[in-house]
Amino acid sequence: MSNKIINKFASAKTYIETCDKYFLFVFIPSIVLIIAGWYWGIFIAPPDAVQGDSYRIIYLHVPSSIYAQLIYWIMAAWSAIYLIWKVKLAAYLTKSAAYVGLLVTFLALFSGSVWGIPTWGTWWQWDARITSTLILFLMYLGLIALHDSFNNQNKADNLMSILTIVGCVNLPIIKKSVDWWSTLHQPASITLTDNPAIDPAMLYPLILCIVSFGFVLISMGVLVSKIIIFNREKNRNWVKSYG
Amino acid sequence: MLPHRKKRLQNILLLVGSSFIGIFLILTALNSQLDLFYSPSELNKNNLPQERIKLGGMVKKGSIKYEDTKVLFVLTDFEEDLDIEFDGIPPDLFKEDSGAVMLGSFDGNGVFVAEEVFAKHDENYMPPELSK
Repeated sequence: MSNKIINKFASAKTYIETCDKYFLFVFIPSIVLIIAGWYWGIFIAPPDAVQGDSYRIIYLHVPSSIYAQLIYWIMAAWSAIYLIWKVKLAAYLTKSAAYVGLLVTFLALFSGSVWGIPTWGTWWQWDARITSTLILFLMYLGLIALHDSFNNQNKADNLMSILTIVGCVNLPIIKKSVDWWSTLHQPASITLTDNPAIDPAMLYPLILCIVSFGFVLISMGVLVSKIIIFNREKNRNWVKSYG
Repeated sequence: MLPHRKKRLQNILLLVGSSFIGIFLILTALNSQLDLFYSPSELNKNNLPQERIKLGGMVKKGSIKYEDTKVLFVLTDFEEDLDIEFDGIPPDLFKEDSGAVMLGSFDGNGVFVAEEVFAKHDENYMPPELSK
């Protein structure tokens, strides 16, 4: 019984069918919510007392940075599922998520640099937060490059999954870098333990942006994964008869 | 869980565990070398470093003075103070009672001559009317 459920969820065919069925329910809200979130953040939320309007890039920077790390955790979970249960779908999804992770990590670094120029007076410093995020960017790049460099797809999936899991060590470092070492980057404004250091008028649009980013990235990931799955399973009958 | 799957799970846990221990040892060994800057109390006043370093701390209240094109101020970590001299335009967020990081070196008289000054900002965000 339980194996039957697992097999159903592990099937790339079922995955594609489910995605096709629900895609618009994620994609349309993602566009609506991101427009609403950015509009609220950029035009309605008040300026910051210290930074003026330049703080508004937070509505791009913070969602990107959160998902840059979250996507890696998800990839690590999928990698473990692939390595233990040999669920091929998990490896396809890990590879797909790596592209999305690469993009958001780039956005996090880029928006951070753009923010740094007017506030810090520099777009780059080799502080622990910025450097460890650059390493995360290179990890995503490395995972994709590693996977692409093998002709034997099973070997590629295996090695990518192992490297993904090893790369997890970087995630707590990124998170805690601003507490463990002296950095130019400030400590976290939103934590689980303390009240947010952001005024509610600025925090609510930020939360909306974070939620909407999730929807956008899921839509993006689904599209990437369709390309990857159709490519990997192109000789299967269900792919040939698709659509 | 089937035995061969259990074995794989153990291997993964071993892999994760050893990576974390490895990185923990590396970070412990590097310790404060990963800091971006020195704070004033970390320096020995009788034996100031000769090389270019980064200093960081708070700009002491009431200490900023302008002389020609130069900005003079005192950097403090509330234990030790250091005199800083900077010939240039500091960033907008550079102000008294606020964090700053600077790259430069000490001249012969114990004054830190900064080549570049960066402003730190804190994690608090609030509308202007609430901050008064």
